[in-house]
Amino acid sequence: MVAYIIRRAFAAVVLLLIVSAVTFGIFFLVPRLAGETTQQLASQYVGRDPSPQAVQSIIHNLGFDKPVYQQYWEFIHGIVAGRTFNDGPTPTHCAVPCFGYSFKSHLPVWPDLTQRIPVTLSLALGAAVIWLVSGVAIGVLSALKRGSIFDRLSMGVALAGVSLPIFFTGLLSMDLFSFQWPIFSNLHYVNFTDNPLMWAKNLVLPWVTLAFLYSALYARLTRAGMLETMSEDYIRTARAKGLPERKVVTRHGLRSALTPIITIFGMDFGLLLGGAVLTETVFSLPGVGQYAVQAITDNDLPKVMAVTTLAAFFIVVANLLVDLLYAVVDPRVRLS
Amino acid sequence: MSKTNPVAASSKAKAAEADAKDADTKAASAGKDAPNPEAFLSVRDLRIHFDTDDGLVRSVDGVSFDLETGKTLGIVGESGSGKSVTSLGILGLHRSKRARISGEVWLDGEELISADPDRVRQLRGEKMSMIFQDPLTAMHPYYTVGAQIVEAYRVHHPQASKKAARGVAVEMLDRVGIPQPDRRVDDYPHQFSGGMRQRAMIAMSLVNNPKLLIADEPTTALDVTVQAQILDLIRDLQKEFGSAVIIITHDLGVVAELSDDILVMYGGKCVEKGTSETIFTAPEHPYTWGLLGSMPRMDRELQDRLIPVKGSPPSLINLPKGCAFNPRCPYAELTGGKSTTETPQLIEVKPGHRVACHLPEEKRHSIFRDEIAPRL
Amino acid sequence: MTEDSDTAAEATAATVPASPPASDREPLLKVSGLEKHFPIKKGLLQRQSGAVRAVDGIDFDVKPGETLGVVGESGCGKSTMGRLITRLLEPTGGKVEFEGVDITHLGSGKIRPLRRDIQMIFQDPYSSLNPRHTIGTIVGAPFRLQKVQTEFGVKRAVQDLLELCGLSPEHYNRYPHEFSGGQRQRIGIARALALRPKMIVADEPVSALDVSIQAQVVNLLDDLQRELGLTYVIIAHDLSVVRHVSDRVAVMYLGKIVELADRDSLYGSPMHPYTNALMSAVPVPDPKRRTQRDRILLTGDVPSPISPPSGCRFHTRCWKAQEVCKVQEPPLVALKTGHQVACHFPENAPEDTAKPSTEKASAPAK
Repeated sequence: MVAYIIRRAFAAVVLLLIVSAVTFGIFFLVPRLAGETTQQLASQYVGRDPSPQAVQSIIHNLGFDKPVYQQYWEFIHGIVAGRTFNDGPTPTHCAVPCFGYSFKSHLPVWPDLTQRIPVTLSLALGAAVIWLVSGVAIGVLSALKRGSIFDRLSMGVALAGVSLPIFFTGLLSMDLFSFQWPIFSNLHYVNFTDNPLMWAKNLVLPWVTLAFLYSALYARLTRAGMLETMSEDYIRTARAKGLPERKVVTRHGLRSALTPIITIFGMDFGLLLGGAVLTETVFSLPGVGQYAVQAITDNDLPKVMAVTTLAAFFIVVANLLVDLLYAVVDPRVRLS
Repeated sequence: MSKTNPVAASSKAKAAEADAKDADTKAASAGKDAPNPEAFLSVRDLRIHFDTDDGLVRSVDGVSFDLETGKTLGIVGESGSGKSVTSLGILGLHRSKRARISGEVWLDGEELISADPDRVRQLRGEKMSMIFQDPLTAMHPYYTVGAQIVEAYRVHHPQASKKAARGVAVEMLDRVGIPQPDRRVDDYPHQFSGGMRQRAMIAMSLVNNPKLLIADEPTTALDVTVQAQILDLIRDLQKEFGSAVIIITHDLGVVAELSDDILVMYGGKCVEKGTSETIFTAPEHPYTWGLLGSMPRMDRELQDRLIPVKGSPPSLINLPKGCAFNPRCPYAELTGGKSTTETPQLIEVKPGHRVACHLPEEKRHSIFRDEIAPRL
Repeated sequence: MTEDSDTAAEATAATVPASPPASDREPLLKVSGLEKHFPIKKGLLQRQSGAVRAVDGIDFDVKPGETLGVVGESGCGKSTMGRLITRLLEPTGGKVEFEGVDITHLGSGKIRPLRRDIQMIFQDPYSSLNPRHTIGTIVGAPFRLQKVQTEFGVKRAVQDLLELCGLSPEHYNRYPHEFSGGQRQRIGIARALALRPKMIVADEPVSALDVSIQAQVVNLLDDLQRELGLTYVIIAHDLSVVRHVSDRVAVMYLGKIVELADRDSLYGSPMHPYTNALMSAVPVPDPKRRTQRDRILLTGDVPSPISPPSGCRFHTRCWKAQEVCKVQEPPLVALKTGHQVACHFPENAPEDTAKPSTEKASAPAK
C-alpha cells in the first residue's frame, strides 16, 4: 500500500512536470515557431511603442536570448526555488513559487493569484456540498422508484440542468432573486473570516446555480449506478438473508453505487478549483476563473501560465486523492 | 450453536413421524387442490407471471409439490424452465412490481403468498435460506466474509453482540471446512478460492439453522473435485441440521447424488415428478427421456452418438399450444393430435409418480422399454 | 434443426473413424517444452517478483484428423495452452510447430496465413459474438479479413456455412440476440469453419449450454469432423463430454500434463492418482450408485501456480505421496503403448513397468 502511494505520488509529480513543459511550450515556443521574433515577444513586457534599447534590456533581463531549455529550467527553478530578475535599477526577487511577472502590473503573479484561491474554494466547496447531497439523494430515490412520477419529473429537471448553460441559469436566478425579488441583492464577495454570514448569503445564488448543473449530472449518474447495483447478485443475497429493504439499499446498494461517483467527484472538484470561469464571471466573483479570463484578454502570458499550472496541479492532486480513496473503499484495489 | 441442537433433534423426530404417516396419506393428500398438512413445505398451484413490454412471461405456471423435513427435492430443467423462479417465489424474492404471483406456499403451517411481506422477510434467512450459483457475485465485494455472515446472524438475533456474532461466524466457517477460520473470517470474498467461497456462502445461509435450504445450481460454477466436496458438505450438513433441501440444477448427476424426489420442469410447468429412483430407472415423460439421453455418461459404455432433444427451449411468452413440449417431442404424432390442442394434466400413474403426457400409458411403457432404456 | 445433420451422420456413422490410424502420420501440431509465465510486478519499482506459471513445460502432438481432449480444473493452464497453440498468446518458452513450421514466435504479419488454418471456438456464445453485427457480417468476417475470393460471393459462402452448421440460410440478416445459446454456438462454429481450417481449438465449447443443447453441439462437432476431416483440440472441464468426443486425452494439473493417453486406456485404467480423483468426482446420474461408490475426495484447493509445490506438483493433495514425490519431479513416460503418465507410483500400471518406474524415480533425471 505504501509503495502504491509513493508510486502514485511520483507519477503525479512527473505529470505536473509534463504539464508545465507543455504550457511553457505553448506560450514561449509556439509564438516563435509561428514566426514571432524575440523582439516582438519581449516588447509585450514594455509599454506602448518601446524603444529598441528597452526591448533589448528586457530580452536580456528575462533571459529570452538564452537557449529554450535554459529558459525552461529557469522557469521551473523559479517555481521551486524562486528567481531574481534584473529588470530595474535594483534586482527584484520573486519568491517561491515564482511564475514570473505580469506584463501589465509588473508585479509577481503568484501573490496576486493566491488571493483569488479562497474565493474559488468557497464557491466550489459550497456548491459541491449542495450538488452531492441533492444529486445523490435524487438519483437514489429515482432509481428505487423507477418509472414513478417522481422519477420522470426529476430526470426531466435533470435533463434541463445538464442542458442549460450557466450564463442562462445564472443570469435568470440573478434577475429573479436579486432584482425582481431582492432577496440576495447587492452581491459582492465577502471573506469568510470577515463575516461568515454575509459570506454565505452572498454566495447562495452562485452556489445554487453551479450546483444545479452538477446536481443534475450526479442525479443521472447515481440513478444509473444504483439501478445497475440493485440488480446485482449480492443484493439478492442480502434480501435472502432477510435484511430489511432499507438496509439492503444503504449498506449493500449505495456503497457500491457511490464508488464511481467518488472518482467523478474528485475530478470535477479539482477542475473547479482551477476556476469556475462562467459562474465567477456571471456573478462577478473575484476568483481564479475570473483571473484567468482577465489574463487571457490582457494577453498576460505569465498570468495565464500560472493559472494553467495551478489548475493542472489541482486536477492532478484530486486525481491522486481519488485513487487513494478508491483503494480505501474497494478492498479489491487495496489488496491486489 | 449448541443450543440449537435440541431444535434440530425435535424437528428430526417430527420428520420421522411425518415419514411414517406419509406412506398412507401421500396418495390421498398430495393432490393438486389441498395443501398437505403433514409436509413441512407444501406448494400448491404456484404461478409467477411477469408483465413485460413483449407480453406476459409465464415463468412458473401451476407448480405443486410437498417436501418433508430431512428430505431433499431436486428440481431439474433447462434454462428458462422456471426452476429458479419457483425458488425465488417461495422466498418472496421475485421482483414484486412486475410480477403477478398466485397459489399457496405453506411453510411449517404458515401461508407465505398472502402473508405480510415483512413477515416473509423475517422468515427469510431464518427459517428458509438460499445458496446461489456463483458465490463470487453473490457476496458483496466490499465486505469481509465474516462481516457478511455476522450480518446474516444479527438481523435475526438483534440482541447478539458483535463479538458473539463473530464467534458464531468463525464457528460456522469451521463447520463448513474452511481452514484457519479465525483468520479467514476477516478476508474478503475475492481472497477466497471458488470452492471456499461456496463454503462461506453455505456457512452464511446456515448460520440461523434454517429448516428449509434452497440451493440454486450450487456447484455449476465449480470444478468437479470441488463440486464433489460441496455436494458431500450439503449432504452432511443436512443430516446434521435436519433441514429440508431443495436443489435446483440442470445436471442430472448432481440431482442423482442428493435427491430423494425429483421434479422435472419444462416451460414453467412440472412435467414429471417422482422418487429419484423412478425418474432414473422408469421415467415416463419424453422430455425426461431426452434429458437422460442427451448427457454423456461416465458409468456406461461409450455411446457412438448422443441423442439430443431437438430444437431449442420454448419462449415463455409464446408457449406452444397444448403440450409445451410438443414441437420437440419425437412422439407427438402418437397422441392423436391432442398434444397441440390440450394441455396435459399431471396425473398420478403410480403412487408418488406423476406424469403430464398425452401418450397412452402402455405406449409410454413400450417406447421406454424398446427404444429408450437400451440407449441409456 | 438437428434432424438433417443427425440422419446425415447416421449414414456415415461407422464405428471407427474412416481415416487411417492416426499414429502413422506426421503430427499436424507438435508442442515441445511449451511454457507461458505471466510476470507479477511488485513494489515501488514494479520489479518482477515472480511469475504465474500458467503453462510450465508441456509436450504433446496432435495428429491430423484426431481429437485431443484436454481436461483439468480451473487454473490448471488448459485455456492458456489453447491460446498458445492458436498463437493468441506468445509462449515464453518451448516450441510450437504446425505442419512442420515453427510458429512459436511468428510476428503479427507472418501469422495471418496461420489464422486460416487454426481457428478457435470460445466458451461463451453470448459474449463472443458482436451484438451490433448481423450473422452474415460475423460469419463472413474471416473472408473479408483474409481477402479470400469465393466462387459465388461471400453471401452464398456464408449461407452454405450456416446450413452446414444446422442453421437456416435465412438467418443471414439477423442479429445474435435473436438466437438461443445453442444457435449462437453454432454461429461461432460456422465462423470458425469459414476459411476451411485444418485445426480447431475449442475452449469449453458446450459448458455454457443446456444439457439437451450440449448434445446437439457435440454431435455437430462430430459430424463436421467426419465431413471436413478436421483436427480438434477440445479443452473442457467436463470429463464425460471429453470422453465422448476425444481420441486421446491429456490431463493437466498446475501447468503440467500429468497423464496423456488414448481415450479408452485413460478412462478404462487411469494411472495418475489425480486422474483417478477427477473421475471419481464426476457425479453419476444413478441414485442407486451413490451409496456404493467409493469416491476419492481430494481435500483443499489447487495450489497457487505462482509457487507450485516442489517435486511432483500433486503431492500436496495426493494420498499416495511418498518422500520422493516431494523432491523429484516425475517425468512423463510411456508405461504402455499410447499411455504416458507422470507419477512415481502409478495405479493400474502394467506389472513389469510399475517397479522400474519407482527405480527411475530414485535415479537422477536425465
